[in-house]
Amino acid sequence: MSEQILKVDNLSVEFDGHRVLDGVSFSVKPGEVLAVVGPNGAGKSVMFRALLGLIPYSGDVDWQPGVNIGYVPQKLAIERALPLTVKEFLHFKSGDTDEKEILQALESVGIKTAVSNQSHLEHHILNRRLSMLSGGEFQRVLIAWSLLGNPDILLFDEPTAGVDIGGEETIYNLLRQLHDQRDLTIILISHDLNIVYKYANQVICLNQKIVCSGVPSQVLNSESLAALYGEEATVYHHPHAMHHE
Amino acid sequence: MSEVNYLQLITGVFVGLASGYLGAFMVLRRMALVGDALSHVALPGIALALVFNFNPFLGAFGTLFLGIVSIWLIENKTELSTEALVGLFFTFSLAVGILITPREDLLEALFGDISKISLTDTVLAVILSLAVIFVMRSIAKKFMLGTISPDLAKSAGVKVAAINFVFMFLVAGIVALGIKAVGTLLMGALVVIPAIASRNLTASLSSYTFASALIGLVSLVGGIILANTYQLPPGPIVVLASTAIFLVTLILKRD
Repeated sequence: MSEQILKVDNLSVEFDGHRVLDGVSFSVKPGEVLAVVGPNGAGKSVMFRALLGLIPYSGDVDWQPGVNIGYVPQKLAIERALPLTVKEFLHFKSGDTDEKEILQALESVGIKTAVSNQSHLEHHILNRRLSMLSGGEFQRVLIAWSLLGNPDILLFDEPTAGVDIGGEETIYNLLRQLHDQRDLTIILISHDLNIVYKYANQVICLNQKIVCSGVPSQVLNSESLAALYGEEATVYHHPHAMHHE
Repeated sequence: MSEVNYLQLITGVFVGLASGYLGAFMVLRRMALVGDALSHVALPGIALALVFNFNPFLGAFGTLFLGIVSIWLIENKTELSTEALVGLFFTFSLAVGILITPREDLLEALFGDISKISLTDTVLAVILSLAVIFVMRSIAKKFMLGTISPDLAKSAGVKVAAINFVFMFLVAGIVALGIKAVGTLLMGALVVIPAIASRNLTASLSSYTFASALIGLVSLVGGIILANTYQLPPGPIVVLASTAIFLVTLILKRD
């Protein structure tokens, strides 16, 4: 039990009698990077919301006692005229006192905050309006947000939504760096299988149920992908899929 | 020429500050017209107070609070939007209010009359205005987070439903306060106009809410002084004053 940072057993979610997640079981060990893949409407974001206790579910979600979770939701729509600076936004999470932690978090996501750059920083990130940031900058700020409070595990829902192609790679490099430096466990939802091959060491294919799971290079084959994304995939079931190492 | 009454001015200062401050958050939550519509829910309460001879503020707050609790309950049960439910309660209350308000008092209930304010009303207004500002300040961070993303807020441990309830309670309080000054029909202006004027000028949350409170104060106090000077009804003059301020901010608008 203590080997696992998260153990999910028979997790199901229903909306208005319609089953969106059905008997999902898996576990996550400390230090893993677990990718969740699946078609649109497969229940990936719903699963995250259930893991975080944001919506009602049946089954068991057991987090390691005392675990600190950081969460970055899928693409936040910030109204263009919202009068809110990056600094104010980050203070929503960390309170009024620890400016230092905010600067550290920004450093971690590759936003320069060296003392010599203080005035540069004041003008370019902290005092800028949240709604005026580019997609990539905003995503970095959100990741910085999730790092406040020193989480043990990060949950990322499509970390590159709203980021242009060049920036997408950089965000993933950043996640890998965070994983290495801070010894973080990461669960991420991604639509891009190349990214999953490159950055994840475990994968779950989700389409209402778990269709496959294991090491990406082993389980992401044409058979499992057909089952996941293909038209006639609904009845496919892999008998050993749930019991990976 | 009637003299400017200090009770009116003191009430104007505090109600102006509180409605401007709370209005700033209402506008961010896209509740600009909720305050306006909700104010009509107060009408039956004012009517009951007039008929049974107790303080109309208490009557207004009573029915507002009932309305808000009902909206909150139905909202959590049915997933109908706040806006749609306010639409229901607004027309229903207006209908009941018009039926039971004594005919000779209807005009005052609809348009308010701050010139008739008593010492008790003033003391009540000052205390409640300060309470609204203080409570809103203390939930502001959590409220804003819930406005940006309820999921993000909940994942950070914010009890979003509870915060929303407290907020609606504050809205009921501020609407009941503002009605005395400008009446049920014009109350919406008191929370909306200072906020959008302030938004033209500011980029951060702290400057936006501060300027909105200040504009609320200036509109209400300025409107009361003007109305007294020219012997006009204060409600409409207050709304015209804040509209004038809004037009100025439109010219000064940044970026």
